[in-house]
Amino acid sequence: MKPVTVMLAGVGGQGTILAADVLAKVATASGFDVKLSEVHGMAQRGGSVDTVVRYGDEVFSPITDPGAADHLVCFELIEAARRVQWVKPGGRLLVNTRTIEPLPVLIGAAKTPDDLEARLAEEGAIFLDAEALACEAGSPKSANVVLLGALSVGLEFSEELWQETIGARVPSKTIDVNLRAFELGRRACVEGECMA
Amino acid sequence: MTKLLSGNEAVARGAWEAGAVLGVGYPGTPSTETLQNFAGMPDVRAEWAPNEKVALEVASGASMAGARVLVAMKHVGVNVAADPLFTQAYIGVRGGLVLLVADDPGMHSSQNEQDSRNWGPFARVPILEPSDSAEALEFTKLAFDISEQFDIPVIVRSTTRISHSKSLVSAGERAERERIPFETDAPKWVMMPSNARVRRLDLDRRVAELKTWAQEHAPDRVEYRDTSLGVITSGIAYQYVREALPDASILKVGMSFPVPEQAIRDFAARVDRVAVVEEADRYLRTHIAALGVEFDDVPLPASGELSPGIVARAFGSEGDTLRGSIPGLPARPPLMCPGCPHRGLYYALRSVNAVVTGDIGCYTLGALPPLSQMDSCLCMGASIGMMHGANVVGGIEGRPIVSVIGDSTFAHSGITGLVNVAYNGGSGVVIILDNRITAMTGHQGNPLMGRTLMGEHSQEIDIEKLCSALGIESVRTVDPHDIDATRIVLREEVKREGLSVIVSRAPCALIVPEKEDPYAVNREMCTACGACIKLGCPAISTDDDGHAEIDITVCVGCAQCVRVCKFDAIESSGSACDIGGSV
Ligand SMILES: Cc1ncc(C[n+]2csc(CCOP(=O)(O)OP(=O)(O)O)c2C)c(N)n1
Repeated sequence: MKPVTVMLAGVGGQGTILAADVLAKVATASGFDVKLSEVHGMAQRGGSVDTVVRYGDEVFSPITDPGAADHLVCFELIEAARRVQWVKPGGRLLVNTRTIEPLPVLIGAAKTPDDLEARLAEEGAIFLDAEALACEAGSPKSANVVLLGALSVGLEFSEELWQETIGARVPSKTIDVNLRAFELGRRACVEGECMA
Repeated sequence: MTKLLSGNEAVARGAWEAGAVLGVGYPGTPSTETLQNFAGMPDVRAEWAPNEKVALEVASGASMAGARVLVAMKHVGVNVAADPLFTQAYIGVRGGLVLLVADDPGMHSSQNEQDSRNWGPFARVPILEPSDSAEALEFTKLAFDISEQFDIPVIVRSTTRISHSKSLVSAGERAERERIPFETDAPKWVMMPSNARVRRLDLDRRVAELKTWAQEHAPDRVEYRDTSLGVITSGIAYQYVREALPDASILKVGMSFPVPEQAIRDFAARVDRVAVVEEADRYLRTHIAALGVEFDDVPLPASGELSPGIVARAFGSEGDTLRGSIPGLPARPPLMCPGCPHRGLYYALRSVNAVVTGDIGCYTLGALPPLSQMDSCLCMGASIGMMHGANVVGGIEGRPIVSVIGDSTFAHSGITGLVNVAYNGGSGVVIILDNRITAMTGHQGNPLMGRTLMGEHSQEIDIEKLCSALGIESVRTVDPHDIDATRIVLREEVKREGLSVIVSRAPCALIVPEKEDPYAVNREMCTACGACIKLGCPAISTDDDGHAEIDITVCVGCAQCVRVCKFDAIESSGSACDIGGSV
């Protein structure tokens, strides 16, 4: 199988790395060659972060290029707009509707365009309110796993494998919340509740 | 056993499997997790040293005692450790000594870009360059063997995309090995001129022997496919070449010093056209040109990272079709966390109109608007020397000169700078931002807070006493969240003649276990003066008519904004959960 490229884009602190890690483990358990690339350090302090997972029969590069990702999962609206070119035409673009205003906007030195959702909708984005679903699951912190649930609908792995892997990866106190979060994200997309 | 490991985890594993009993280094992205992982392995000890030079010296002692030892640091760390490194190459080793160096092309988290392959010919130390985690493990083990067989320290050179990418690795067992017995050997270990002259030539002999051995045994790899194009490459660039030019033949250089001259000549003779793909400096290209081997100099960027797409375009591909971009987006620079104590200090610092010589850590973010309180950042420890230098030549516009330096950075190389100012009778205000942790690189312990890499408690250095021991008369401690009190101390100290130290002490917001209840703005009282906005706190924004708003899901209740509000418009609110946790 040719490599599948999934890019997760968000803001430092949103849990993109954990989500990517779960996906990489699921792909490994399914017998694929897997590479995952993440950036630590300075950017983690509230900067833009992106993580890439690639899996297939044989994967060389751990990173990808604009126009080459099959799936782009955006944890935040502005970052979705920033990264939209990375998903190939015809690829899947999943967008959390949450906005985290960057500091230049908070201090009034820059503005966030107000038509981002419309622009992303033109690109075929599937929208999701991950924080709302995460709160329903029991903790707003599980929004990253809600997004994994939504992503999982477009990938070939079984629901059981996802659940097992999440269970093994998150702190034991939070397993139930995270499994619920995964389920809610997955159902939202299966049942077509994601606003296309 | 197959595992998904990062390059850093794989190096740690490789060192452990090779029987290393000590790991030592100083944190630095992208190298940091190497030692953290090594520390978690059975039957080893791992230590953070205050800086890279000390780390390498500790490793030298361990090697002299016959043990295998791993040292880890980021690229700029080698500049600090270069003094022992060069002479260690003369000495050689007893127990194997392997240095992981992680470069950061593209400067994701660094103040400069350096290609550590250059240390090979400069210091005459072998360089191994893995291309993924499996090789990171294998090459680290091989590096220990080479180190002992050829009596030489060995560098394993990684880059961000090796260190911070995970790929599959088959992990092995640990080789139990006997300690190499100690023998007194002054001609080898005591580098005074008469001995060093001998060892200098001996080093050339060892490198030459290694070069001969490498022709058979180096981890270089030749892959012949279509021979109309042959690409010479190394490290992560190999992966991009495989992706971008699937049919090309490849010489993958695994040992980039000594340069595999014979392998390069043989490969060039078998392919119609040679090209070289490498990230960062023209290292291979320079050496290959010196061999007289002709190659096609494809256009690669002079700085920054490569990618499969960049490599494809260098060979004439048009690249993938792109969607349209969405213009007009605000930038998202990194920022200090909500509740960060550095913010309070910088806010107070605004009142003294100082020239601020800065340093490296989370607090470097104080250079960005709206605080904009830093005029320089050179390298770790430079703030204090720069303050002194500017003062010695008569100061700057009659303004006070203040240096700011973090606790870990102070222990790394600030103490010597402070000794220098005290010794030379200099003046200025040194502010030590003691947030009780090495925060920027992910919360490592350091000598000022007294927790070791093994999780032990140790003596924490008393900064105030240290300063008095240097004869510094004015040493004051402030709580940076208390902005008014901090401002008063700053105003007094910048007026004082001579040298003074202010210890700005409050723990990093990320290590404070319990958050306080968040604050909220009382709109009736808020005059839209903008004072709180100038904190640059990610929890505070303004609405359309300039009134402040606090995002209760972001606020951690540090109360800095309460202290800067002259109109008592910021009040305690209920906890985020009571308000419904909407985000
Ligand atoms: C020679 C060198 N080694 C390591 C680093 C990586 N590094 C940058 S900042 C920093 C530590 C900062 O800690 P501290 O001074 O306590 O400041 P904080 O981040 O906690 O505010 C380190 C290790 C570097 N830039 N240069």
